[in-house]
Parts: sequence; C-alpha cells; structure tokens
Amino acid sequence: MKLMLLIFLAGQLRFALHDEPKTTDPLLMADESAEAIGYLTEGVLIRINRLTQKPEPELATSWKISKDSTKITFQLRPNITSDVVVKTFERLLDPALHSPIADTFKTEKGTVKVTAQGPSTVTAEFPAPTASIEIMFDQVAIGSGLGPFVVAERKPGVFILLKKNPAYWKKPLPQVDTIRIDIEQNRDLELLRFKRGEIQLIDKLTPDLFERIPEAVDAGPTLDSEFLWFNQAKRAPIQEHTKDWFRSAAFRHAVSQAIQRADLCRVVYRGHATPAVGPIAPSNKLWFKEGSASKLDPLKLLISDGFHLENGVLRDRAGNAVEFSLITNAGSKTRERMAAMIQEDLSKLGIKINIVTLDFPSLIERMTRTLNYEACLLGLVNVDPDPSEMMNILLSSASNHPWNPSQKTPETPWEAEIDRLMLAQAATADYHVRKKNFDRVQEILREQEPIIYLLHPNSLSAVSKQLIGVKPTTFFPHTFWDAEHITVGSR
Amino acid sequence: MLVVFTALIPARYERQFRDSPNASPSKQFPLGTDDLGRDRLSRLVYGTRVSLLLATASAILSCIAAAALGGLAGYGIADKLILASADLFLSLPWMFLLLMVRAFLPLNVSPLLSVTITFLLLGALGWAGPARVIRAAVRKLSNSDFMLQARATGSSRLLRRHLIPNVMPILWAQLWITIPAYVLAETTLGMLGLGVMEPLPSWGNLLRELEGGGIAGHPWLLAPVLLLAAVVGSFQVIFEREEYSV
Repeated sequence: MKLMLLIFLAGQLRFALHDEPKTTDPLLMADESAEAIGYLTEGVLIRINRLTQKPEPELATSWKISKDSTKITFQLRPNITSDVVVKTFERLLDPALHSPIADTFKTEKGTVKVTAQGPSTVTAEFPAPTASIEIMFDQVAIGSGLGPFVVAERKPGVFILLKKNPAYWKKPLPQVDTIRIDIEQNRDLELLRFKRGEIQLIDKLTPDLFERIPEAVDAGPTLDSEFLWFNQAKRAPIQEHTKDWFRSAAFRHAVSQAIQRADLCRVVYRGHATPAVGPIAPSNKLWFKEGSASKLDPLKLLISDGFHLENGVLRDRAGNAVEFSLITNAGSKTRERMAAMIQEDLSKLGIKINIVTLDFPSLIERMTRTLNYEACLLGLVNVDPDPSEMMNILLSSASNHPWNPSQKTPETPWEAEIDRLMLAQAATADYHVRKKNFDRVQEILREQEPIIYLLHPNSLSAVSKQLIGVKPTTFFPHTFWDAEHITVGSR
Repeated sequence: MLVVFTALIPARYERQFRDSPNASPSKQFPLGTDDLGRDRLSRLVYGTRVSLLLATASAILSCIAAAALGGLAGYGIADKLILASADLFLSLPWMFLLLMVRAFLPLNVSPLLSVTITFLLLGALGWAGPARVIRAAVRKLSNSDFMLQARATGSSRLLRRHLIPNVMPILWAQLWITIPAYVLAETTLGMLGLGVMEPLPSWGNLLRELEGGGIAGHPWLLAPVLLLAAVVGSFQVIFEREEYSV
C-alpha cells in the first residue's frame, strides 16, 4: 500500500496556497491564489518568461507592433481560431463583467478594439500609443482549458487537484501527472509540512523562516518595495500643524535620513533585502536611475525648517511636540519590527512615534476613504518591471496615490510634473524617451520624498530536494512558473 | 519579585542592541535578545508587570460592574433588563467587538494608554458572566432562612451586615477566575499582532516569538510560556482555596 502511494506521489507536485482562490473565472482573477491557478490552467497569447523577463510566444506564434505603438497583430497557432480570441476580449471588456484585468485595456481616450483579420490573425488596436504593449497580454486567459493543467478535483478550503491537460497544445506534455495545491493559511503548518515532505515548494518565505530551511533559496532582489509615507491630503481629519510638518520636504528628508535602512535590511530581513533609494529596485536595470538620497544631517535639516530640540523633544515653530502615529497592517512581523526600528531611529531626533497595527480592512478604510491617519508603513508588490505599472500609484488622480489620493487637479507643481512625465512615458514605445521621462520622475521623487522608500526585499522560497527543474525567480509565481518542466525525482 | 524590582533588570526593555539580534543567553543578556536585539529578560519582567497589573485592573472593573448589576438583578430591580443585557454581552463575539472598537479609537495614543484602553474594554465587556453568578447568589441569599429571620426581626442593615459579607467570597472567586482569563485574552490579541503596541512588551507579544516553531535549540524562548503557565496556575490555586473557603 505504501509502495503504491509512493509510486502515485512520484508524479505529483505538491505545494500550498495561503487562501482559497476567490474566483474560478480567469477573467475575474485578482487575488494571488486565483492567479496561481489561472497561471497553471489557462493559455495566453504571450507569456513573460519569469527568468529572462522577455515575452515569449504561447498561443500566438508571433506578433508585430505598429510603429506608432497603437496596434499589435498576433499570428495564432493552428489549435486556436481568431474567433475565440475576439470573444474572450468582448467578454473581458464588457462593463457588466467588472473585470479587474480589463482596466489595463481601458484609457481615458477609449478602449482597446480586438478584431479578427482572418482565421489565424488578430489585431488589437489601442486608442493611444501604448508602451510595452505586448506585456499586457500575459494576463489575459484566452478561451478556456488551454493551459498545461486542468482542474481535476476541488474541495473548497482544503485542496485543488490539477491533472495534466491531455489536449495541451505544447508537446511533450508536462512532466508531472498531477499538482495538488493545498489551502493552508497557517505558515507555520506550511513549514512543518514542507519539512515532513508533504509539500515540495514554498513560494514565499519570510526572512526568519529562511534560515530554518536548508533547502531555502534566495533568488535575489525583487521589484517589491517597503516604504512609508505621510498623509498630506488637505481633507484629512488630522491636526493642521501635523499636516504642515508632513507637507515640508525638509521634514520628510530628515525622517528619511534618520532611518537606518542598512539596519532594517540586516536585522529585520537578515540580510535578504537591499536598501532603497527610490521606487525602482537596482535589480531593475532597465529603469533604475542611479543616485542616492541627500546626505545632510537630519537634525540640521529640521532646524533649518524651524524645528528645535527642547529637553530631547523636537518641537515646531509653534512649540508643538513632534509626535505622530504610524499605522501598519497587523500580523506582519517584518513590518512591526521595521516600525519598532524606525521608532527608535526617530527617537534620536526627538520625534515620538506611536505604532498602531490595524486589521487590513480598517487600514484600507483609513487610507482610501476616511484618510484618518498620519503616517503609514506598507509595501508594494511589483510584478512588472515597466514604469507604467506604477501609474496607479504616481498619478495624482489615482485612488491609490498614497500621500494625497484622488486629486482633481495636482495640488503641487511637482505632482503635476510627475503626472506629465508619467503620461508622456506611457504614450511612446521609444525606450530612450521613456527612460528620460521616468528618470526625471525618479529624481523628483528623491527631491520631494513624498514616499520614503526603505528597502527592496529578496525573493525567498523553498524547494524540496525531491524536485528537479525548479528555477526560482523574483517574479510571481516564483517557484512554479515553469511547472510543466518540473520533474519529481531526486536531485 | 522581579516584576516589582524592575530596577534590577539589565537594560531598558526598548533598547535595541542592533549588533546582537537573536543572541543566545549570556552574562549581559541572561535570556538572550529578541529579533531586534532587545534584552529578553527586561522585556519579560516588564511585560509581566504590564499584563498582570492591567489584567487585574480590568478584572476588578468587571467584578465591580458585575457586583452592582448582578446585585440589583438579584434583588429584583431591573432583573429582566440586566439579564437580557448579560445574555447579549455573552453572545457577542468579544474578539471582533474588541477589534472593531480598537479600529475606532484615536491613533495617536501612547502604547501604555492604548493597552490600558484595551484592558478597560475587556473589563467593560466581561461583566456579564460574573454578574449572572452574583445575581443567582443574591437571589438565593435573599430567600435564605437567616435573611428571612433578619427581616422578621426588623434588621435595618440587611445589605451591609448579611448580604454583602456572604456575597464577597463569591465575588473574590470571580475575580480570581477573571484575571487569568484576561491575561489569556491579551495573549491571544498579542499573538494576532493586535495587542500591546511596540515597543511596550507584554506576554502576548513575547509569545509571538514562538511562531514558526523556533523553540528547537532555543529553550529560553519558553520563558514567557512557563511564566504565563505558572501565573495562571497560581490563580487557579487561589481560586480553589477561595472556593473551598466558601
């Protein structure tokens, strides 16, 4: 019986997701668990190779982008017709579907139009020039069941069993027969099960767990970042003198200078992170702008801005003691530790921070609706190295513009300049023009520091010795992006 | 004794020795250091003080409210209203209620004030159980032979001389039960990362270090568990003695 079980498991890849996928509709997938299932079961026209970061043909054998970057024409494989692609996009762009993926294909000037040019040719026309046009098609699942695996069994909240798709167009078929994906919210149990050999992959490891697993892999710096920002919104229900501090670039620079980023990387991330100087990680060589933050003495900066020290307490011109709350999400030990270290660093300047951990819905409510907070420590998961990915953060009109969301018109000249540059870089396919514009955006972000970037964490994962062919990367899905080439055996 | 003599602890609980994170026990750090290089012994001693003092304070609050409301209900004053309120409070998922109330609290409060508010909330929410016990005791005592006799003899000090002295042991027992319950409630909140705020230590956030199963080879990490077990066990012994004396 045991032998039978071993033979059966020999062709099975096993790992865990931390949440139940919220949908099985590939066009509605927004959460990481659903995206993981979609990645393994659905086919796309173009797939970004997670290792090389370059687009590769999938259901489209080739593609051609027009000179003005408004049109992309796909040549399809024989196993798929243009009707399927057109119908997929019709459904995706149907306002009644409310697909989060569709937002990528909608602009102020209109929506993308997908038309068949023959049985195996499809054209997507954009209303305006669009940068990195082909990358957008990595996330749109075409048709249904065109991926390497299909769902064989699903027990909600317990597991999802995938089996290799016998009708998969790519040959040879995947190496493993089945993939069992357990839903395991408890990370400690996930670790325990990995150690017992019940699961073979952990896609994301925390730095403290990294050292406890001999099979752990550090794939290098991700594009993600951890940062803090001050609430600068005029309508925020916080004290006016507090807003004045937060609107002062000198104050923000001083706080930024006082934070020991190297200590955060070394102590909290156990060396598995890189100090940040801006939104772009140095590993993103295509878009990273060399430079560093100013090296001025933080106390001198504050004194030049009208602050003064009185019995070890920093006070503003009006004599108000500088004290503010820093919110972050409960349950994240790394953020809580970072907050405690920032608290200690700023106490040396006479600034008192009160750390408040909130459950995530309360945090989002304060950040986006009530704006009732002073400073916030959070992180951003970046899956795309392209700067256009940051539009929803950097545009002053964006609801996710952290320090002052949903502005009708930019409230400061430098925000207006960022808006202009971001829109300009997104409207051309010329890399040099885009790079020049985005370099200036990075410079403005360093000059003004509306977001104090702290560090870029590394991609940490665990891969069992039972697996052959796993190539961990810094992009999601970190370990099983090439699942069809993974073999269960022994390294 | 350690809790009282916090002056004897080797370093302040919030001081970060960043060159020595996760250090093993040594002469300088008898219980080692935590992830941020803070002395574990100092944090344990101070955290014990925070958890014990505030749990006791909120238990006292609960018991005072329980005595007042349970006593009134036992006497037949607003009995139905108090019983219905007690049922309502008992049926509330207190953890979610606590999270909700916390979300509405002002953010810019010091860690000590924040934890005091949390414990006071625990105290304010926890009156219902003890109140039902007190109500039952008061009702039983009101109809007892000695109370009838006291009434018949025209005693004017029924409450102070006869009722309260007989209810007090029950109230004490409730206090001894409630204190460890609140200690454990804070621990649960701390384990979820929603308890005492940094840098203030408490048993709850000290126990969070055990997440991830890092005890192997680091037995000193169990110090807060042992202390928590000893304290809760001690309260149980006291409660049993009180119960025996009743």
